[in-house]
Amino acid sequence: MNTKIKKASRHTNQSEGLIFEKSSPGKRAFELPPLDVPAADPAKALGANHRRAGIEGFPEVSEIEVLRHFTRLSTWNYAIDLGMYPLGSCTMKYNPRVNEFVARLDGIATEHPYQPQELSQGCLKIMRLLEQCLLEMTGMDAITLQPAAGAQGELTGLLLIRAFLEKQGNPRKKVLIPDSAHGTNPATAVIAGYEVENIRSESHGQIDVEKLRHLVTGEVAALMITNPSTLGIFEQRIPEIAQILHSKGALLYMDGANMNALAGVTRPGDLGVDVMHLNLHKTFSTPHGGGGPGAGPVAMKKILEPFRPVPILVEKEGGRLVLEPVRPDSIGRVKAFAGNFGVLVRALAYILAYGPGVRQATEDAVLNANYIRKRLEGVFELPYSLPSMHEVVFSDAIQKKNGVSTMDIAKRLIDYGFHPYTTAFPLIVPGAMMIEPTESESKEECDLFIDAMKAIAEEAATKPEIVKTAPHTTRVRRLDEVGAARKPVLRWKPATSRSEAAD
Amino acid sequence: MRYLPKSPTERHEMLAAVGVKSIEELFSSIPERFRLREALKIPGPYSKDRASENSSGYTSFLGAGVYNHLRSVVTDAIIQRGEFLTSYTPYQAEITQGTLQAIFEFQTLMCQLTGQEVANASMYDGSTATTEAVLMAERLTGRQRVLVARSVHPEYRDVLKTYAKNSGLVVEEIPFAANGTVDAKALQSALKDDVAAVVVQSPNFFGVIESYAPLAEFAHAAGAMFVVAVAEGVSLGIVRPPAEADIVAMEGQSFGLPPSYGGPFAGVIASREKFVRQMPGRLSGQTTDSEGQRGFVLTLATREQHIRREKATSNICTNQALCALAATVHLTLLGKEGLREMAEQNLSKAHFALSELEKVPGVRRTFDMPFFNEFTIELPRSVKIVNSQLLREKIIGPLALGTAYPELTKRALVCVTETTTRAEIERFAGALKTALQRPI
Repeated sequence: MNTKIKKASRHTNQSEGLIFEKSSPGKRAFELPPLDVPAADPAKALGANHRRAGIEGFPEVSEIEVLRHFTRLSTWNYAIDLGMYPLGSCTMKYNPRVNEFVARLDGIATEHPYQPQELSQGCLKIMRLLEQCLLEMTGMDAITLQPAAGAQGELTGLLLIRAFLEKQGNPRKKVLIPDSAHGTNPATAVIAGYEVENIRSESHGQIDVEKLRHLVTGEVAALMITNPSTLGIFEQRIPEIAQILHSKGALLYMDGANMNALAGVTRPGDLGVDVMHLNLHKTFSTPHGGGGPGAGPVAMKKILEPFRPVPILVEKEGGRLVLEPVRPDSIGRVKAFAGNFGVLVRALAYILAYGPGVRQATEDAVLNANYIRKRLEGVFELPYSLPSMHEVVFSDAIQKKNGVSTMDIAKRLIDYGFHPYTTAFPLIVPGAMMIEPTESESKEECDLFIDAMKAIAEEAATKPEIVKTAPHTTRVRRLDEVGAARKPVLRWKPATSRSEAAD
Repeated sequence: MRYLPKSPTERHEMLAAVGVKSIEELFSSIPERFRLREALKIPGPYSKDRASENSSGYTSFLGAGVYNHLRSVVTDAIIQRGEFLTSYTPYQAEITQGTLQAIFEFQTLMCQLTGQEVANASMYDGSTATTEAVLMAERLTGRQRVLVARSVHPEYRDVLKTYAKNSGLVVEEIPFAANGTVDAKALQSALKDDVAAVVVQSPNFFGVIESYAPLAEFAHAAGAMFVVAVAEGVSLGIVRPPAEADIVAMEGQSFGLPPSYGGPFAGVIASREKFVRQMPGRLSGQTTDSEGQRGFVLTLATREQHIRREKATSNICTNQALCALAATVHLTLLGKEGLREMAEQNLSKAHFALSELEKVPGVRRTFDMPFFNEFTIELPRSVKIVNSQLLREKIIGPLALGTAYPELTKRALVCVTETTTRAEIERFAGALKTALQRPI
């Protein structure tokens, strides 16, 4: 093993098959209390037509087997709790455990969305306070907490814009999206009924304001902008961009995925943004959980308020909170019930733990990114030289000469004990290496990461094969993705059952 | 601040290494006049807070898409392991095999439950799963009319309408018959060769179990997709699965997830193998590594937004992965026998509750059809007034159906699960009797 690898060492991990392969009839891991009413006869109660026999293939295992199965699987994962997770654009910060505790309290986890509102004042107060905190941080006038994730927040935001324009007589046809944007932006615009017009960044990675001036016509409903952009660069001319749009009756949407660079330092509302979403699972530390759940509140200016999704949280006399189901101009509901409430609770707990001190988190996040940038500049190519905010984007241009790609370097990072940075993104940087350390990394962990990156750069120059075939220390090696897609196997099937195997 | 791992000295060292004098310099790209000079006006820092005014100590007979079921502490112990809790979407397969295999197991369990061939890694919830199922049917048929039973959850229908509004979809609602099932005649006359999907829910919003076979036949005869929404997944432990469906949209909340005032839950889409390339959301697939070992990867990603951008099958990115993991652990703990037994207990308790409530003078069953753990009753007076009296007895009464269905005033949807005790059911029946005896 390379002596430069300081963070990780080899360890054994246990083999484990699929839970279905461990199953044996008659085992169980859960016992219900005895039935205290007369047993209904299913055949009679449901009728023969509706009654189901057993579920074929369903697991039958004991409690310790279940616990070991999932514990073993868990040891095959990398996680923030194990170390730095520098995935650009994903804001993999510390997920405080007190937030998990709070979300599980009686009176929070136990509440039914249809229970009388007089019994729901605790839940509604949590939502109200979160709304107020997020409005203060974004500099906006109104907010909805309903969207379940960033992409649904984007959809909500575009539907608000559409409803506003429609009310004025013309919903318009197009949404402008920079080529550096997240893939969810164009996918969302289509669901909102808009054509997407991609706009190219100028040579410094910023929006080309002069070109934008020509592109914004009476057909354009909005520009979706990510700020800081996916290059980690603040869009300096954003107030001017907002003016250009507003002068043509169009609106400015901001993808708030990178709010971790701005919280407590500047407010999108002050910059001229009309509507934006926040990813509570990024900036506000709710756990990613292997892909979700998240929450994507949407904050907006006054002009969009009448169109918010129902129900609307309203404060009545005496401070009583109610969810009002009807608003004549509302875009409707985007999700059942009161949003991902459990995620909202965690985010509020995070905000309250910091209070106004959340600015320090932003400063540390930006400091970490700049520290890494400074110490790796020259080792890796920096395609855009404008100041970095919370993340820095290098490219593999230097290593590529030796046949080593960003993906190879990313995979080699695994051997050094780190999760890879983002490789597939932003699309405008060929061979992108997008690094977002977040504020949660100590100087020591940043230094270990820098050492690892330098060691890999050296390997790429002197023995590229070891990088190109990485990772070498993981439980599985590089997997056959082409084969997986060509002949998809998406579920387990019992080997012996002929009827199942045939379908 | 305890979440931030830097000492003041280290901050100084790092600023020096970057080559700036102050942290302010690092924000110089933000125009000066937009930089905040004052602290944000948000409360804190606090170390703990508590919600007051909640339902602790009340017995509830609410269901309607969110159900109270027993949960093992093991589920929570697993999903709170940092390796699951604090891991990202498993794009780097070599170091996320745990999540990928768990998703593969989730997909398998969802197929087994629903009688379908493929299932995805999760949607946001039952409402968006139903909506995405319809959008999938639209892509598969190239048609734009959708027939949705009015007995589908009102909030699921609302979400569908929000999404449909701007994509050219026309949503029409099919009434329910006197017995609470889909009005088959109305469905037949609305079915033309321009219909993309017929959407029903079972058990439906009134608790009634639908017969799939004839409805599927009607839909298929017109070339439409048959979409079945399942809001109460535990029913599938004992009720025949919608095997006739082309797409099943399910809410997974009943599988080990607390009510949490409405979320986060886990939506499911399950379908036929031949339709997989039009499915929304992530899929974990089995493959092998360069040494021939079994492993799992996210697959068929060319359907998804990060590759296809505006041509993607859906805009979904973040899903409900940890909730899906909780469902996987929970269902594995329950196992074949446990799920069946849980379902049978729901059936028994609900039937016992109906018989107790029918003894109360003036209370009548509304729909005389098979049901699982929910049923509709008719009261001789306003459900809201009765419920406010029950509340004084620390009982959260059944859902008043009149709000969403004006023709069903004085009707209430009663839910009883395995968590409801016989004593609670009897107390509810007694309190209802007293409430109805009071002069108005």
